[in-house]
Amino acid sequence: MPTLATDFSDVTRSEASLRRFLHGLPGVDQVGAEARAAMLGTRSIKTTAKAQALDLAIRMVDLTTLEGADTHGKVRALASKAQRPDPADPTCPQVAAVCVYPDMVATAKETLGASGVHVAAVATAFPSGRAALDVKLADTRDAVEAGADEIDMVIDRGAFLSGRYLQVFEEIVAVREACAKPDGGSAHLKVIFETGELQTYDNVRRASWLAMMAGGHFIKTSTGKVQPAATLPVTMVMLEAVRDFREATGHMVGVKPAGGIRTSKDAIKYLVVVNEVAGADWLVPEWFRFGASTLLNELLMQRTKLTTGRYSGPDYFTLD
Amino acid sequence: MSVFEYAPAPESRAVVDVKPSYGLFIGGEFVDGHGTPFKTVNPATEEVLSEVAEADAADVEAAVKAARRAHDRTWSRMPGAERAKYLYRIARIIQERSRELAVLESLDNGKPIREARDVDVPIVAAHFFYYAGWADKLEWSGYGTTPIGVAGQVIPWNFPLLMLAWKVAPALACGNTVVLKPAETTPLTALLFAEICQQADLPAGVVNIVTGAGATGQALVAHPDVDKVAFTGSTEVGKAIARTVAGTSKKVTLELGGKAANIVFDDAPLDEAVEGIVDGIFFNQGHVCCAGSRLLVQESVAEEVLARLKRRMATLRVGDPLDKNTDVGAINSAEQLARIRELSAIGEQEGAGRWSAPCELPDRGFWFPPTLFTGVSQAHRIAREEIFGPVLSVLTFRTPSEAVEKANNTPYGLSAGVWTEKGSRILHVASQLKAGVVWANTFNKFDPTSPFGGYKESGQGREGGRHGLAAYLKGGDL
Amino acid sequence: MAARIDVRKTYKLYVGGAFPRSESGYSYPVEDAKGTFVANAALASRKDARDAVVAARKAFGGWSGRTAYNRAQVLYRVAEVLEDRRPQFVVAVQQSEGLSASRAGAVVDAAVDRLVWYAGWADKLTQVVGGANPVAGPFFNLSTPEPTGVVAVLAPQESSLLGLVSVLAPVVVTGNSAVVVSSFRRPLPAVNLAEVLATSDVPGGVVNLLTGDAATIGPWLAAHMDVNAIDLGGVRGLEPAEAGDALATDLEVAAADNLKRVRRAPAAEPDFTATPGLDTMTDFVEIKTVWHPMGV
Repeated sequence: MPTLATDFSDVTRSEASLRRFLHGLPGVDQVGAEARAAMLGTRSIKTTAKAQALDLAIRMVDLTTLEGADTHGKVRALASKAQRPDPADPTCPQVAAVCVYPDMVATAKETLGASGVHVAAVATAFPSGRAALDVKLADTRDAVEAGADEIDMVIDRGAFLSGRYLQVFEEIVAVREACAKPDGGSAHLKVIFETGELQTYDNVRRASWLAMMAGGHFIKTSTGKVQPAATLPVTMVMLEAVRDFREATGHMVGVKPAGGIRTSKDAIKYLVVVNEVAGADWLVPEWFRFGASTLLNELLMQRTKLTTGRYSGPDYFTLD
Repeated sequence: MSVFEYAPAPESRAVVDVKPSYGLFIGGEFVDGHGTPFKTVNPATEEVLSEVAEADAADVEAAVKAARRAHDRTWSRMPGAERAKYLYRIARIIQERSRELAVLESLDNGKPIREARDVDVPIVAAHFFYYAGWADKLEWSGYGTTPIGVAGQVIPWNFPLLMLAWKVAPALACGNTVVLKPAETTPLTALLFAEICQQADLPAGVVNIVTGAGATGQALVAHPDVDKVAFTGSTEVGKAIARTVAGTSKKVTLELGGKAANIVFDDAPLDEAVEGIVDGIFFNQGHVCCAGSRLLVQESVAEEVLARLKRRMATLRVGDPLDKNTDVGAINSAEQLARIRELSAIGEQEGAGRWSAPCELPDRGFWFPPTLFTGVSQAHRIAREEIFGPVLSVLTFRTPSEAVEKANNTPYGLSAGVWTEKGSRILHVASQLKAGVVWANTFNKFDPTSPFGGYKESGQGREGGRHGLAAYLKGGDL
Repeated sequence: MAARIDVRKTYKLYVGGAFPRSESGYSYPVEDAKGTFVANAALASRKDARDAVVAARKAFGGWSGRTAYNRAQVLYRVAEVLEDRRPQFVVAVQQSEGLSASRAGAVVDAAVDRLVWYAGWADKLTQVVGGANPVAGPFFNLSTPEPTGVVAVLAPQESSLLGLVSVLAPVVVTGNSAVVVSSFRRPLPAVNLAEVLATSDVPGGVVNLLTGDAATIGPWLAAHMDVNAIDLGGVRGLEPAEAGDALATDLEVAAADNLKRVRRAPAAEPDFTATPGLDTMTDFVEIKTVWHPMGV
């Protein structure tokens, strides 16, 4: 199979050709897109479907801590929780990954061991991305060397908004190369757009194609440090992009909304959008993730409500 | 991961109390009718919901008399500010009883509860709220302040309560009284509305509801003491009404059929255009006079749009109207289903390519899958005749002028859609289209402030907005 | 010295900007108010009506596509030329309506003023009857009046100039094209007006003037499927009155075949000196409402 860079070599040959391509994508009508997302948000997911959705959502969580105050202790606790989200219920699945800063990767990795829970690291001068490229690449290599399974990079929004698409493209390609592991494998690359700064859905669609063409394995809405973070319509537009990209190339790319998804109800809305816009193929942790921290306990509480038939309270779930 | 199957999410029927039989609502009370009672069924199950009285000519006479008395003695003399308060009251009760109204509408009509709940009932309440505010401001309407008198109003089965609101709210705001005939297959929400009028203490005779079929409607329209006729329904019946009122001084407004073009240019926002196409023709099972039943798609994107459309149609959830996740409900009647089947069969015979979304249809009830026809030309009957069902005819065009020509090449002129990201093209095309409502980069949007009504054989007059007052005031000619 | 033999005018129809005789070859004698023969007028046939509708339809696109400012200018130009030919019209009104010269002069003045009044409406009606609608959602929503299309006008039987101008001007100022059947017994001001129109920048076919009998041509126009609206005013004054009523009903029934907009005949021919209402124009416009989302 040819690499993607080859498939789109005509497009990415020059700033002009890349610009033509991105601006030639169909526009997104804001009102129509938001209405569609809102309609999907009215889906009523009950009983068996709800139980299925809650477990799936738990399995899709990238349990995240990205604080200046993070410590090894905090990360160890988070990693424990990731493996056993509900210590009282062994049927509760584990989450997809823990997401930390690069200097915490080793600690997370050590705690998680062979659990199958991945370690994701935010790199490339997260969250602003305002650093020289070699600094960003060094940041990435650090995290990969420390054992990160996944790298969450940020795009240079300044370059994107000023129309320097090729620069953004080349940076993603470079970071993806920096994801290479000594064993010949590669950390999975998630490309964060910070959609709250891109402002328009047209930009989100263009950024999506840019990142997919550059070889990103996932496209991700937000750092969680800028408002608005993930929204249902933004995620829908990104899901449309990965769906169309697969139609065009045969390659699947994952989607990760991050930040602002706090309730089970919200999470289920996202799953509905995944189901009805991209399709069931994306309804696996391999292709869809939630970047979240408090969401997990909400999912657990709802899960307990379904199994016990009564509402639970926060004291019955661990705070880590 | 198994497929994410949504479990059934049925809305509870417990909220509605359907009585075994209903009388007519005349002079503020429910009274027996003198015609032959008829049954109204749930089109999704064929279950008989209730037996409803048929108003004969004498009943219509009684209703018109009650309306005349209420008009002369009470309603037209009441200060507008007082009339307004009754209408606000009605709007509020509609909001309070919205769940009940939505469920009943879905039961009697077959429309998805999601639409009854999120579209029909909220706009009904909004309509009463909007026109309530006009009642004491008519001197600024531009049409004077004098009501016409007694309005005879005949409404269809596709939006039973919404059409009632479109008719009753402006009539009452202007000081007219009404005799309303709901469609024979969907009388129940109108009868519940009668109860709401009672709860609001609306003076007796201001609103009268006579149930029945064509004969009842004909008696109402032809009644010499009816000053104003308002009709929504088929163009054929609309023409018959226009003939009936010829030579009289009755004012008439008609909202009739359509065969709207939904024009998709190659620079359209395609995902939203596909949503608009779906909304345009599958909203309310396509039982919409302004449905975008002719898709005109530019040849350069036809293949892509069609592929996206089919993929989208495959996700439509067809079935139990009371399930909160249903997108497409039941066809309203066996008769309408037969008509849809007949025209679809003709489409096939005429050589158009038929494709239906893969979906399982329930065994009982009246159902038709979301369907599209490709390779349709203007000469095909399915491109000219109103199917009034979930059936889309797909045509192509090459240039903007060809699109406009084809769009206008119909005796109808109710609505049209335009999809393009180029602003100046929208404004040009919109100005060329002979249609009363043009939705650009959207479709099937309704609002009480926005006038609605057709060119040519799609009707006469406008409903909604300030313009909607014209039909109910002496001196209002538009 | 012998009196000079004057050169009489042939009174013809006005269709598509040309002045044809009736296709049928028929004419009818027109008398003045005292019963004296004045001229033969062309007696328009159903085929003339048909041709006039074709001409009106052909002219509609261009005329309705003109700017409102331009239509105002054209109508104002009609007023100018009519004023310029005032003496000719005074005579025609005198002959037709049996008025004194001064009364006839007042009628012509009123007709000129009426044209000026309507000319001014061309670019104002949209603002008065259209507007933005504050819908409850992120949409720009605008209603504007647009011409309904080809309008058949049965002109008043009595008021042969002021009445004619008063029913014609509102139809064309709003962008419609018109097929007018003039007063049957008083057609000469209409023919003269056609000559004014032909020299006033009014594109051919925008106004088509037929002299003849509304009772004969009216049914063809009322039933014509390419006519969008009809003004039945001219049935008033037909004799006997009951026949006018019956004709009005028949025409309204026929008009239902394609749901023409019908402006019914008033109970009696109105006093055309009064300032008209907006309904004279709004009866022949369609309100078009355009929605567009507001987003980024």
